[in-house]
Amino acid sequence: MAKIKYIEFSGKEHEADVANGLSVMEGAIQNDIPGIDGDCGGGMSCATCHVYINNDEWYKKLPEKEMGEDDMLDQAYEPKSNSRLSCQLIVSDDLDGLTVHMPEKQA
Amino acid sequence: MIKTDVVIVGAGPTGLFCAHQLGIIGLKCEIVDNLSKIGGQCIELYPDKPIYDIPAVPECTGEELTNNLIEQIKPFNFNFHLSDRVQELKSENGKWTVKTLNGKRFETPNVVIAGGVGSFEPRKFPTKSAEKYDGKSVLYSIKDKTIFKDKSVVIFGGGDSALDWAIELSNSSKVTLVHRRDEFRGAPASVQKIKELSENKTIDLITKYSIKDVKGNGSLESVEIKGESGESKVIKADYVLGFFGLIMQLGPISEWGLNLDKKAIPVNTENFETNKKGIFAIGDICTYPGKLKLILSGFHEGALAARGCFKYARPDEKYRFEFTTASSTIKDRLGVKE
Repeated sequence: MAKIKYIEFSGKEHEADVANGLSVMEGAIQNDIPGIDGDCGGGMSCATCHVYINNDEWYKKLPEKEMGEDDMLDQAYEPKSNSRLSCQLIVSDDLDGLTVHMPEKQA
Repeated sequence: MIKTDVVIVGAGPTGLFCAHQLGIIGLKCEIVDNLSKIGGQCIELYPDKPIYDIPAVPECTGEELTNNLIEQIKPFNFNFHLSDRVQELKSENGKWTVKTLNGKRFETPNVVIAGGVGSFEPRKFPTKSAEKYDGKSVLYSIKDKTIFKDKSVVIFGGGDSALDWAIELSNSSKVTLVHRRDEFRGAPASVQKIKELSENKTIDLITKYSIKDVKGNGSLESVEIKGESGESKVIKADYVLGFFGLIMQLGPISEWGLNLDKKAIPVNTENFETNKKGIFAIGDICTYPGKLKLILSGFHEGALAARGCFKYARPDEKYRFEFTTASSTIKDRLGVKE
């Protein structure tokens, strides 16, 4: 279980307890948190679960991107160097306290 | 006006298998899809990626699955209407009139929406100023490449479309290719070619930059790009092209008076009918308690929706369940000899 903070582009904050094994994207969908779409359901094929990890320490602590994630991020809305696809961030106790910021929109 | 038993919206795996089930029970259908090819997400998003959860198929790619589904419905000779989109549904005299973007009209008692997460549309630039030039000098696809002759063209993107067009247009235009990072996801041979063209100054290659603004006075004059730490450059541009892949948009479906739950259509699980009589929804676009976004769930939903369609298409007939292994009627429909 990890407490994840989701911050909308407008600044509105949401906090959710997300079970281990779910992705950060699924945590948002299951808790009805707006701003993350996850259109493809977590198949790393749509780039609509795009988030920013603004805290540099957290960004470095996250598991590295696997092949394909950067390719998909190329297609995301306003990708930056701290962009991740939240479907690829699998929740474990290590992610407790993670904050993700959402882009202005997903598409 | 094309008269048919069922119009299927969406030619992905779910729509294709529903068509198969309609053929098996003796109904006709017409299939409309926004993409230029059959296969939906399977062919657009992951043609080469392996799928491991199709029953009795340990492993296949999106393309293989699509090809097999096409093969399976071949005996029925159903019509596909590709690169077209269903715009309007209207109830007239107890039937549905279906109108497409290209002006086709269907009359049918049943519509099966197998639209995935909506229709695929090109992803556009995030900059507001680009909207003004959309379709004129800011483009997301190319229909006529001759318009770029001797012009300054700035291309954004790192995939095959961006690379292929940069290479192609460099023969007759002044091409600048801008990409947000150093690596490209296009085919290695194209990446190699781009590097060569950049080294011999045929094209300008600018990486780690993205679009900031487009500028012009009536007609497009330049595009401003920004680097990761905020530095910016202005490049002369007659045309700006963006190739960021496709995004799924619900589009006109949201205007048909159907109940919606977020981006999905609630259905009953007996025949997958929506709140409108004769309109069914199957696959990723439908929702009900316990819904799984699996291809296999879409197959099941399509099979039941097909039986739901039978009731309205053949109101005077009684539907009789038959197995394909045993029924000579079905074997006739499939064109197999006993």
